[in-house]
Amino acid sequence: MIIDLQKFITEERLYWSELEAMLDRLERKPDEKLALGALERFHYLYQRASADLAKISTFSAEPNTRQYLESLVGRAFGEIHETRDKPHRLRPLHWFFNTFPQTFRKHLRAFWISLIAILVGAAFGGFIMIVDSSTKQILLPFSHLQGDPSDRVKMEESTDTDRLKGAKSSFSSFLMTHNTKVAIFTLALGMTWGIGTLIMLFYNGVILGAVAVDYVLAGESAFLLGWLLPHGAIEIPAILLAGQAGIVLASALIGWGKPISLRMRLRKTSNDLVTLISGVALMLIWAGVVEAFFSQYHEPIMPYHIKIAFGCFELLILALFLGRAGRKSAYKNIKL
Amino acid sequence: MLSNRINTLLIKTPEGVEFSLRLAGPITRFLAWAIDLATIIAIISIINVFFAILGILSRDLAAAANIIGFFVVSIGYGILTEWYWQGQTLGKKLLRLRVMDSQGLRLQFSQVVIRNLLRFIDSLPALYLVGGLVCLLNQRAQRLGDFAANTIVTWNPRVSEPDLNQLLEGKYNSFHDYPHLEARLRQHVTPLEAQIAVQSIMRRDTLDPEARIALFRDLSAYFQTLVTFPQEATDGISDERYVRNVVEAIFRPKVSLEISSNSH
Repeated sequence: MIIDLQKFITEERLYWSELEAMLDRLERKPDEKLALGALERFHYLYQRASADLAKISTFSAEPNTRQYLESLVGRAFGEIHETRDKPHRLRPLHWFFNTFPQTFRKHLRAFWISLIAILVGAAFGGFIMIVDSSTKQILLPFSHLQGDPSDRVKMEESTDTDRLKGAKSSFSSFLMTHNTKVAIFTLALGMTWGIGTLIMLFYNGVILGAVAVDYVLAGESAFLLGWLLPHGAIEIPAILLAGQAGIVLASALIGWGKPISLRMRLRKTSNDLVTLISGVALMLIWAGVVEAFFSQYHEPIMPYHIKIAFGCFELLILALFLGRAGRKSAYKNIKL
Repeated sequence: MLSNRINTLLIKTPEGVEFSLRLAGPITRFLAWAIDLATIIAIISIINVFFAILGILSRDLAAAANIIGFFVVSIGYGILTEWYWQGQTLGKKLLRLRVMDSQGLRLQFSQVVIRNLLRFIDSLPALYLVGGLVCLLNQRAQRLGDFAANTIVTWNPRVSEPDLNQLLEGKYNSFHDYPHLEARLRQHVTPLEAQIAVQSIMRRDTLDPEARIALFRDLSAYFQTLVTFPQEATDGISDERYVRNVVEAIFRPKVSLEISSNSH
């Protein structure tokens, strides 16, 4: 119990200021490691401030001091009891070549679920097109896809003017931002226990399957591959990875077979979700550039076999990157 | 570790110390968002002026920069400000709100990113209807983004000092003869109860006579249950005088200090 409040505050303020200065430094330099002596002092100051808060809580006349101490103890509590890694300096190359592919592989099962959802959608869309091709007016939301594929190919191949001239950068930016929004939305729909994410993937699969079957049935397979592969080789996997992130989120919410609380499950996945969606955003930036500057050129300007080879090459590099990158450092960690 | 009270989150540390975080309600949060929205629009308008200058060189590049600028500012504003200002945007700063970890731990960058990305579904179908409804139903006033990111939004109201001059009337306080009982009173009366007593004294003239009598009767009866002063200290004083004595006893160390500093 405090008898003389002013004396108490005057005596303790020195310790509070010291703790505040230490907290400021730790928050300013998150990668700084305290020496054992400093660590012990920090813990002592935290305990002292906690004890002071307990004392002053019984004292009705000092709401400001109590609030200040609550804030101080709260900050120190977070610093001492936080077990997650502190955010270090930005290491974008390490993140891209190690963390991102490792995170992808860590949640491989979610990726397969995502792939299955889009494949089921594609099979459904393709089947509908085979059964009744007139449904493409409903299935395909883009006007340039609703006509006869052969007419479009004829038109694209006969044009000798660059229809995107003077608009490539803005078209590319539009594609990047639009697709990134779709990807974020697919991730966010994980909050519907994954149902929304699966519907989103299924719907994208339906469009993809319907377009593919429409062009194949019209005998325009080479055009289809040449048009879609250069950007689709990155864009479609990017949407799959966004779906993967959504399913990871849903899995944390549902928590089948995980003997930890919901809060802990969500806490454990938060870094992975941010890694996946950041990787997806980078992939979509690349896909947007390729779609605007490369995919829109057809024969005779750009031979299809070059476009198809480019798309296959991208797909191969992506598969190798996601499957192999960062493995060496993982082994290193195990040896250590 | 954690227990819930109405609109506050109580955190108990392993050292046995408790501190409470006052949760922000959906209306305050909506107002903060409206300020942030206005800020985003202002930032976009300013950068559009620069893009317009870029348009002299290339209209295509200017349009591209415009699209990307809008996207980056609208998504990045919340993430950058909440990370840089430790859980606050401009709107939150103005309304004294702060995003915090739901267990009182350090706010992580990934938490800030997730709660901001999940605005995509919280804002559905318009004006944050989904987020607002979830916030109303959730015990910790979390929207879906907060739920996924393990964050809460707290409100730190400004604590106003009571105007002690109103209590200094120079009248004799019979409680001062019993310093040990005054000390016990200071120990037992909670800060909230002390504030209620102070506010009652300060606003007594605005009350109806009946309400004023009833209020001070109740307060006096309550304080008597906490500490019983001897009969000679309470004889002949009204309920209102009793509550004034209580308030003076609680705040006396401060009052005496102010008197002594004024006298110098």
